[in-house]
Amino acid sequence: MDLVNVTIDGQKLSVPKGFTILEAARLAGIDIPTLCHHPDQEVKAVCRVCVVEVEGSRTLQAACAYPVAEGMVVRTNTPLVRQTRRMVVELMLARHPADCPSCTRNLHCELQTLAERLGIREVRFGREEKGLPLDDSNPAIVRDPNRCILCRRCVEACHKVQGVGILYPVHRGADAIVAPAFEKPLAELPCVYCGQCINACPVGAIYEVDHTERVWKAIHDPSKHVLVQTAPATRVSLGEEMGLGVGAIVTGKMVAALRRLGFDRVFDTNFTADLTIMEEGHELIHRLTHGGVLPMLTSCSPGWIKFLEHYYPEFIPNVSTCKSPQQMFGAVAKTYYAEKMGWKPEDVYVVSIMPCTAKKFEAQRPEMDDSGVQDVDAVLTVRELGRMIREAGLDVTALPEEDYDDPLGRSTGAAAIFGATGGVMEAALRTAYEVVTGKPLPKLDFEEVRGLQGIKEATVAMDGTQVKVAVAHSLGHARRLLEAVKSGQAQYHFIEIMCCPGGCIGGGGQPVPTTNEARQRRIDAIYQVDRNLPLRKSHENPAIQELYREFLGQPLGEKSHHLLHTHYTARPRYRKA
Amino acid sequence: MLYRAHVLVCNGTNCSLKASPEIQKEFSRLLPEYGLDKEVKVVETGCFGLCEYGPTVVVFPDGTFYSGVKVSDVREIVSEHLYKGRVVKRLLYQVPPAAKPVQVYPEVDYFRHQVRVVLRNCGFIDPESIEEYIARGGYQALGKALTAMTPAQVVEEIKASGLRGRGGAGFPTGLKWQFAARADGSGPKYVVCNADEGEPGTFKDRLILEGDPHAVLEGMALAGYAVGAHQGYVYIRGEYVLSIERLERAIAQAREMGLLGKNILGSGFDFDVEIRLGAGAYVCGEETALFESLEGGRGEPRIKPPYPTDAGLFGRPTVINNVETLANVPVIIERGASWFRTLGTQKTPGTKVFTLTGDIVNAGLIEVPMGITLREIIYNIGGGIPNGRQFKLAQTGGTSGGVIPPELLDVPMDYDSLAAHGSALGSGALLIIDDSHCIVDVAKSFSFFFLHESCGKCTPCREGTLQLHRIMERISRGEATRTDLENMKALAQAMYVAPLCPLGQTAPLPLMSTFRWFESEYLAHVVGKTCPAGVCPVDGTAARAAAGCAAREV
Repeated sequence: MDLVNVTIDGQKLSVPKGFTILEAARLAGIDIPTLCHHPDQEVKAVCRVCVVEVEGSRTLQAACAYPVAEGMVVRTNTPLVRQTRRMVVELMLARHPADCPSCTRNLHCELQTLAERLGIREVRFGREEKGLPLDDSNPAIVRDPNRCILCRRCVEACHKVQGVGILYPVHRGADAIVAPAFEKPLAELPCVYCGQCINACPVGAIYEVDHTERVWKAIHDPSKHVLVQTAPATRVSLGEEMGLGVGAIVTGKMVAALRRLGFDRVFDTNFTADLTIMEEGHELIHRLTHGGVLPMLTSCSPGWIKFLEHYYPEFIPNVSTCKSPQQMFGAVAKTYYAEKMGWKPEDVYVVSIMPCTAKKFEAQRPEMDDSGVQDVDAVLTVRELGRMIREAGLDVTALPEEDYDDPLGRSTGAAAIFGATGGVMEAALRTAYEVVTGKPLPKLDFEEVRGLQGIKEATVAMDGTQVKVAVAHSLGHARRLLEAVKSGQAQYHFIEIMCCPGGCIGGGGQPVPTTNEARQRRIDAIYQVDRNLPLRKSHENPAIQELYREFLGQPLGEKSHHLLHTHYTARPRYRKA
Repeated sequence: MLYRAHVLVCNGTNCSLKASPEIQKEFSRLLPEYGLDKEVKVVETGCFGLCEYGPTVVVFPDGTFYSGVKVSDVREIVSEHLYKGRVVKRLLYQVPPAAKPVQVYPEVDYFRHQVRVVLRNCGFIDPESIEEYIARGGYQALGKALTAMTPAQVVEEIKASGLRGRGGAGFPTGLKWQFAARADGSGPKYVVCNADEGEPGTFKDRLILEGDPHAVLEGMALAGYAVGAHQGYVYIRGEYVLSIERLERAIAQAREMGLLGKNILGSGFDFDVEIRLGAGAYVCGEETALFESLEGGRGEPRIKPPYPTDAGLFGRPTVINNVETLANVPVIIERGASWFRTLGTQKTPGTKVFTLTGDIVNAGLIEVPMGITLREIIYNIGGGIPNGRQFKLAQTGGTSGGVIPPELLDVPMDYDSLAAHGSALGSGALLIIDDSHCIVDVAKSFSFFFLHESCGKCTPCREGTLQLHRIMERISRGEATRTDLENMKALAQAMYVAPLCPLGQTAPLPLMSTFRWFESEYLAHVVGKTCPAGVCPVDGTAARAAAGCAAREV
């Protein structure tokens, strides 16, 4: 590695060529404050908080962007630097709402932290509000442009990572805001509600539609049987909301916390993840053996499904008709389980804990009412659940590890890995292989489809057939993969697509910050969950076997068709006014 | 065909707004009536310069200079001057009205003190005729370079000339070319002509392009040859309709004659030019914002480094030069660097084109040697301040420059001397303001300009221009306190050093410059709650209301 010699605040050090001043300073033990900087994103250098003196330069330079050079002399703590940084933050605060306590990001806000760190006690300019309208047009995401500090991290998430391109800077100067084209509400646009913008936002300018109040109301309503399901990825991320380390496995403590919050039954979306594998695995086999439309595409991720409906409707015949595990759960809970308990579906209230904002949209899709009422009533993100646990004053360190309720709390390791990119594929292969070949899998782990690489491929031999599979996560990669399929450049039998980078562990409803480093640690944790479970193949789940025996009959059967499968609708990209 | 006389009708934007096309048509209609259409030729030219007294008509070979010509005057010029040989005295330039009329244009003070290098053809040739450009030596330089010079020699010649960028920053042009010439040649390189002239009060680039478009194209082709680029773009303001039209025609003519396109003059060198229109954002004059806009994106500056000569347009090495800079290039190559150095000063050789506007008798387009003083420009060329008022200040360099108070009237006009006094030579705007204006009111118009033109990308510019303008508004209304002045200074200090691009970095400059030279006038507003010029709405009511309010609270 080429090194260059630089002097930072009098410290001489050799740093790799190509490093920015910010990176070099960190080697010197100096943490230059930043705001628009994001570890997974391109350098933007728009907030100008990280400015430093570079000898020979007329102006200060943004440490996040300025590359080191041989002999460079940098000063990060001079009167000019300190005064300038404070001025920049004061300027931001002058037009940022001064109501921190009522903000979703209070105590988790990068601007607040920065102001505290720089010791800002007054704002020299009269505070004024932008007075812009809130966009609460849709069931998933709220945008408050008044809080926006125009760091553009959401813009990169939306454009570069997801390739959706809804959010962009519009207008100039002091009127500049980040907004959709023509400042239309998100509901009128092909936004997929993935929530990656929320994860990227340093302040509270974008957040989920809050369901906590309606959940509290249901819990306190004695006429309701309130059932809760927890998505696979939540058990490795909720700990971050409780002050535990990134990647902590908190399955048992989450169950205990949910019981103490007052849920009548604590069930697991992993149960219906296993059910999804049964249905989807058989659907794949059916398509492979009956000349069905290939490649088959997975359907678990509601952000991906909305993306498909807007941008790739030509692939609708390829997508598995299986509902997502969340929706299968709602349908099964309000029919099979309600019947078992002698409850009427309308008295059952199903709450899901999701790593996702698009799930809020999915739950209220009009076709998701096969139980006769809306199958899933409320969807909480991991962040919302964190807020409820904090409000209730539950100390997770003191909580015991408890088990899910039976039977809808029973699951296998195959279901757990749904939370990571490649997991649905791996789970499906574990079952499909054994169903097709009738032989036990020689090796359970499909390492080729794991990890954070954007597009992954594998070939699996099943009874002499070479089944070619691919996995993509983030819609940017999904788009690339679909274009390759469309052009005939690539051919597959089965493709898993997850909307969010890293899969659900990187979802838009996960604790902030969700960085690639956090994603990797949550992925490691979720495979640990898989390894720790006695059963690791969906078809071995006894509760699933019982469900088929007692209620559904067989995979792809009449009842499954009615309750567990769905259809998709092409949606326009732009609506005429 | 040979003509006895030529009638040059200025058809620059300023004159054409005052009906010069109709004047030209009237000449063409009347000449046959007097049987003169075989003897006298009417030529539509670009800007002749003295815009204040347009439309101007010059009759050659004698050079008789008629100003303020109306359509109804044409018959008299034809019947008297062209038919009978008698000069129409009442149409001669006569400023002030009591002064002696001047018959031929070189004797007008306005022209007498100018040195025209860039404007050598403006007002003298038909800008829509490549033949006329060639007849005045046009494309000689390109021919010389392609046949007798290596690209490196062209770069050396420009370096030796000491030519500095005329867009405002004054960066050595030859050095810029050298960087681009040495940059990664594994892919295409580009030459971009920055014609996004956005400084208020500046319209020199427009008039150069209207008056002599081929000079700019030839300059671009020379730049392309020097650095190894084969494609040029002119990024021009969409409002510059006439410039665009003439440039398009010039490009077509040059292509037709093999002076642009493949294998220019049989040399094997390929170079072509395309036009891209801007949508009127000031920030797009900043080179990297210009690239963003040219590529189809939102006009916003990029992070530097990388610099354009390494990664500019489409991420490739790019030379970007101002219109005036490029118009200098052919003359330098043709006549040599040492000739160029005889003009101007040691550190800033050559001339500078200014647009002289505001409270000045002879408003218009001028070209003077670098190093001339403002006093010479105002009083010798500009004819002084009209209406018996006194000179108060000049804004040089457009809005991004500082101001020049009466104390600095004898400072040489070049990049370094002006910078040393907190001002800038800038793009060549020269706005003269007399003592009827209030400094706070003037400064407030500057702060509003930046508020309006900030792109909003970086915090200090987006928020800082707003707060600067808020403070100026308070001062103007008599609502400001000394704390506001302190805050303004602190904000200016941050804005000099923190923004992403020069727009934000220079936004406080005109304010602080006016504050520096006219502090007492600011204090009159802030402390005395009066506007000495009687311009600002400081009638005291706002201030008294605030005081009464405070008293009640106590």
